Amino acid sequence: MMAIFEYAPAPESRDIVDIKPSYGLFIDGEFTDGSGTPFKTINPATEETLAEVATASTDDVDRAVQAARKAFGVWSALPGAERAKYLFRIARIIQERARELAVLESLDNGKPIRESRDVDLPLVAAHFFYYAGWADKLQYAGFGTKPLGVAGQVIPWNFPLLMLAWKIAPALACGNTVVLKPAETTPLTALLFADICRQADLPPGVVNIVTGAGETGAAVVGHPDVDKVAFTGSTEVGRLIARAVAGTDKKLTLELGGKAANIVFEDAAIDQAVEGIVNGIFFNQGHVCCAGSRLLVQESVQEELLASLKRRLATLRVGDPLDKNTDVGAINSAEQLAKIKELSQIGEAEGAERWSPACELPERGFWFPPTVFTGVAQSHTIARDEIFGPVLSVLTFRTPAEAVEKANNTPYGLSAGIWTEKGSRILWMADRLRAGVVWANTFNKFDPASPFGGYKESGYGREGGLHGLEAYLDV
Amino acid sequence: MTTSLADVASSDAALRAFLHGLPGVDRVGADQRAAMLGTRSIKTTAKAQAIDLAISMVDLTTLEGADTAGKVRAMCTKAVRPGGGAPQVAAVCVYPDLVEVAAEAVRGSGVKVASVATAFPSGRSSLEVKVSDTALAVAAGADEIDMVIDRGAFLSGRYMKVFEEIVAVKAACGPAHLKVILETGELATYDNVRRASWLAMLAGADFIKTSTGKVSPAATLPVTLVMLEAVRDFREATGRQVGVKPAGGIRTTKDAIKNLVLVHETAGDDWLSSEWFRLGASSLLNDLLMQRQKLATGRYAGPDYFTLD
Repeated sequence: MMAIFEYAPAPESRDIVDIKPSYGLFIDGEFTDGSGTPFKTINPATEETLAEVATASTDDVDRAVQAARKAFGVWSALPGAERAKYLFRIARIIQERARELAVLESLDNGKPIRESRDVDLPLVAAHFFYYAGWADKLQYAGFGTKPLGVAGQVIPWNFPLLMLAWKIAPALACGNTVVLKPAETTPLTALLFADICRQADLPPGVVNIVTGAGETGAAVVGHPDVDKVAFTGSTEVGRLIARAVAGTDKKLTLELGGKAANIVFEDAAIDQAVEGIVNGIFFNQGHVCCAGSRLLVQESVQEELLASLKRRLATLRVGDPLDKNTDVGAINSAEQLAKIKELSQIGEAEGAERWSPACELPERGFWFPPTVFTGVAQSHTIARDEIFGPVLSVLTFRTPAEAVEKANNTPYGLSAGIWTEKGSRILWMADRLRAGVVWANTFNKFDPASPFGGYKESGYGREGGLHGLEAYLDV
Repeated sequence: MTTSLADVASSDAALRAFLHGLPGVDRVGADQRAAMLGTRSIKTTAKAQAIDLAISMVDLTTLEGADTAGKVRAMCTKAVRPGGGAPQVAAVCVYPDLVEVAAEAVRGSGVKVASVATAFPSGRSSLEVKVSDTALAVAAGADEIDMVIDRGAFLSGRYMKVFEEIVAVKAACGPAHLKVILETGELATYDNVRRASWLAMLAGADFIKTSTGKVSPAATLPVTLVMLEAVRDFREATGRQVGVKPAGGIRTTKDAIKNLVLVHETAGDDWLSSEWFRLGASSLLNDLLMQRQKLATGRYAGPDYFTLD
């Protein structure tokens, strides 16, 4: 008698979060109307409209920057220990309201609740705690203690709250004030964060949140009274921003795309390497700039590893992001889905072999099955271009030197992974890989104390850790 | 791998080379995977199914120096009829000298009798003693023998000795199934757990079992995960399916369900029956019965509503 173990639906309740029909801008501690045409934000898993959100015009952005400028005088004059109190308070409120934030994040973004609950939210709180700790110890960091002024920050849709934390926490700890623009497909948690700032009694104007699309972002970046620009997103937009900022005295950090190599040697712990590959590319539907989207596997274990990987992928649970047992959720938007489909078709057309496990996708919403391309060469488009979706390209190598060569042979350089039982090889490889983060026998691990950032077209500057302070101080 | 499997046990060197050639286990990664699977949320119909499945997989166990015929009989009665309409358990597990009592008590019910022969729990005796311990238990009516491996021999690298002991005990089992207890808490590393699993399977084990229950840590989730990977890979390599039995420290329904999730997502549903997966436990059954009733009625009954046998 063999049982088929079907997990009954285990949905997280969405009642915990109260979504308003419409949202305004958060400027100078108040929610106000935007003068642009409002837009709708939807649940990518169902295409249902969640709320209507204001668009900030150039004038609205100007108001936000003026509010931040005014608040800068007050905020930067506070002793570090006082700023730390606010940051600690925000961190604690985030922990208290973690479930609410996680549910809202999954609704607006499409990521599984298991990830927003167990990965995003703990890290968000940890970043505020970490930088709260620095606020009164800046003189020991080695970058001086002088803040830059008003920071204009534009963040992406893949980790809406986490990217907000990466940007806002160090900026405030150093004494800057901010005008932040969340992505137009995922503005809701940033607006809930605005509410948390009020709950924490943060002085008005220290944090301002303006919503809207690319034009709003351009207005933030281009505003003459912004002293520092921080952007996380596509390399394409990063280039536009670099051009816009060039010739001004604004400081700029960019955290852009990636096409990371995940390198598996023949002596690797195969079962754990398979988990690492899965985590490297199917975590957050592959919407991760440092995703391990290029699997470089030593030829001698290719067959064995691919068989294990395919067997493992058959157990991935794709579907309702709010179900606590879901492993892979919805693609964030119709545009992104179209891009993933297009690049996958190019992969097939260029002759790579496409494979997906049997999985039923929901009828409504934006879905893409976990996909593996084998027989991929460096010259294939899917080995060069960032897909930003659950699509893995599998390449092979024969020697460690070849692995390094192929891993570095990309315009990007954000991250890399090495899987081997040999410690000396890990160190040898890590010295030679041109990537901001090199993981050994793990992947996609983040910690507020570790700096993050890239080489080449993956951007410049570092976020997180001690290095993350440098970008927000007048060094 | 298949080309050389027959020759693997031809010499100590060949056996060592094979076992040390198995892919390593990264402890951090294995712990994380097990922890992640432990967060699966099993509710409503899935929970009801899992509870009954878990009950049917229990090896209800008493392994005390103070065990008596009376205690064993009472436990056997409960094994056959756990109460509340729950399914009967898979087996009762007793010391060799009580096999006859247990066999008599469960006769005709379908509940199997398992016995921990082979100088349980330390295994520190001669092969002769272990073989006759086994033969006596089988003669007394044991359907299954739970043998312990010689951990001293394993840890000092004398794999052939361990292999030959298992082969000899398996021969002494006759028609009885052989479960090989690795005592993973004493093997210490996951690499050792994987090697010992393969060693036992190569020597003819029908089941591999984590622990005696006398050593801590006993059946942890990552260790069970590594063993499930081993039986999965072994079947792939040889076509032969081997069962897994975590034992020791599994006390709650939650623990039991986590084990079933591990089976489902690691080895696969082919292992989801009492023929291929067992839970060695003494106090787990009552918690399963309590949760079963809670699921059916929506309320918890007090502990006195569940029998203490």
